[in-house]
Amino acid sequence: MADQEENEISVEQKIEIAKWFLLNSPPDVKAILGDDEVYESAASEAFPLYNKAHLISLQFPNRSGDVLITSFGEINVNEYLDPRTAQVAKVDHIKQVCKSVRPATDEELPSSYVEEYRCAVEAELSRYVGEAYPKGICSVFCTSGKDVEDAGSDFTLVVVISAARHSPQNFCNGSWRSTWTIEFKDDLQVVEVTGRVQVGAHYFEEGNVQLDAKHECKDSTIIQAADDCAISLTNIIRHHETEYLTSLQASYSNLPDTTFKDLRRKLPVTRTLFPWHNTVQFALTKDITKELGIGK
Amino acid sequence: MDAALGLMRRIPPKHIDTALSALLSLLPHHSSDLLSQVDQPLQVLSDIECGKEFILCEYNRDADSYRSPWSNKYHPPLEDGPYPSSDLRKLEIEANDVFAVYCDQYYEGGISSVYMWEDENEGFVACFLIKKDGSKSGHGRRGYLQEGAWDAIHVVEVGPDENGTSHYCLTSTVMLSLTTNNESSGSFNLSGSIRRQMTMDLAVAEGHLHNMGKMIEELEGKLRNSLEQVYFGKTKEMVCTLRPPAELLQMRFPDNRDV
Repeated sequence: MADQEENEISVEQKIEIAKWFLLNSPPDVKAILGDDEVYESAASEAFPLYNKAHLISLQFPNRSGDVLITSFGEINVNEYLDPRTAQVAKVDHIKQVCKSVRPATDEELPSSYVEEYRCAVEAELSRYVGEAYPKGICSVFCTSGKDVEDAGSDFTLVVVISAARHSPQNFCNGSWRSTWTIEFKDDLQVVEVTGRVQVGAHYFEEGNVQLDAKHECKDSTIIQAADDCAISLTNIIRHHETEYLTSLQASYSNLPDTTFKDLRRKLPVTRTLFPWHNTVQFALTKDITKELGIGK
Repeated sequence: MDAALGLMRRIPPKHIDTALSALLSLLPHHSSDLLSQVDQPLQVLSDIECGKEFILCEYNRDADSYRSPWSNKYHPPLEDGPYPSSDLRKLEIEANDVFAVYCDQYYEGGISSVYMWEDENEGFVACFLIKKDGSKSGHGRRGYLQEGAWDAIHVVEVGPDENGTSHYCLTSTVMLSLTTNNESSGSFNLSGSIRRQMTMDLAVAEGHLHNMGKMIEELEGKLRNSLEQVYFGKTKEMVCTLRPPAELLQMRFPDNRDV
């Protein structure tokens, strides 16, 4: 480092910075870096993280549907399982396309016992997502206990719902991402549900404003046959997500009279505009109060 | 440079500080352009002698020192920093006193500062700044905000007196962030920035302070309303586009499930 100029930064530092930009804004960083190798290196690390965090969906080349890019379905950094069609997609993270598709191997799929539950939840959930989200995608993954053959052991499913809108011509982007962890606990015969919802929206026409909202919740139900479980789990998810949307709307309607007012009032308490012409009075009043030692 | 500015426009507001530092280290030759064109939250220093705080910006800075509008001295002290002329300083003092009252009326707390300096066109430039911490641990009267910050920067260019009128050109920038946080609805954060301009030709007889003040009040009000109704409104609209309020969704039960 000693023989570098004062203003130069190391290649490693450039890569770190590029990664940060790539993670935090739509990919557009090449021109600033002026160095393709740095960009490639940063991009190959940052894009997978970006794509997984944003729960993007890519189309299968054989038109059999979409695959969600998430850590729950990750076989390796370039391969992602779609449980619905039992296919594995090979992806190019930087170009955000699905390059090829192959059937999943038996080791990559859950046992038929777990699959019965997973499939029932996915079917019921897809109906809900189709009704509630104009452009939503969902998948159900088994993240633990996938080889469980029968009742008597625990397993965990994860529900992922992702809906996004990109409207750069309207200067507006948005995303809704829900992740529901569903733990089947055999000894208690109970299903514990933990939900995490993250909603974002960005409007940037002659200005720049962003919404960033997060919510966590818990619920539970009893273990039943697969189809009945699917219905009660989907009802739980539907209930909490609907409630959350309502509370988001309430937060917005509180702005005028409460939250935003804490930053700046619309008008002074006097309900009139500020009397700029009476500035002389203000100055006089201040002088007098100073001389008489009144107030601060 | 264009790519840099384009990038900055699309960075979510709360990451702007980090993004700017990163860009400055990637493009050191463009630092003055970047600093002047990208909005950053305002910093504050204490003028201990006067017992008041003042806001830091490019307009009261010389080298690494900042001039306090209360004492007219540089912190840390400077051998020969620039000062407004004595006439302009009188106006600056009055502006600071009056603007502090304006700030109190609209912001119920907060810090304000005004800086003025002569420009080459026989007019002058004035910069009015406000910094408000609206969080419940700050000056948030109603205690709704976990975190709340409002930074306003108003720069007015005042032209010379021409037959009794002056030309005023105001550029106003507002940056804000608000966060509510509670058990039942999680965390909700809105943040952003907006900038607009306004020009007017007004009678000098009304007084420069009156003229500038009226313009600032009007434009600040417009920005506030625009943020609340248009900008926040658009984000709300987006959420409702992603997931429309579903009053009509039926709950399904095992015994009357549709086949």
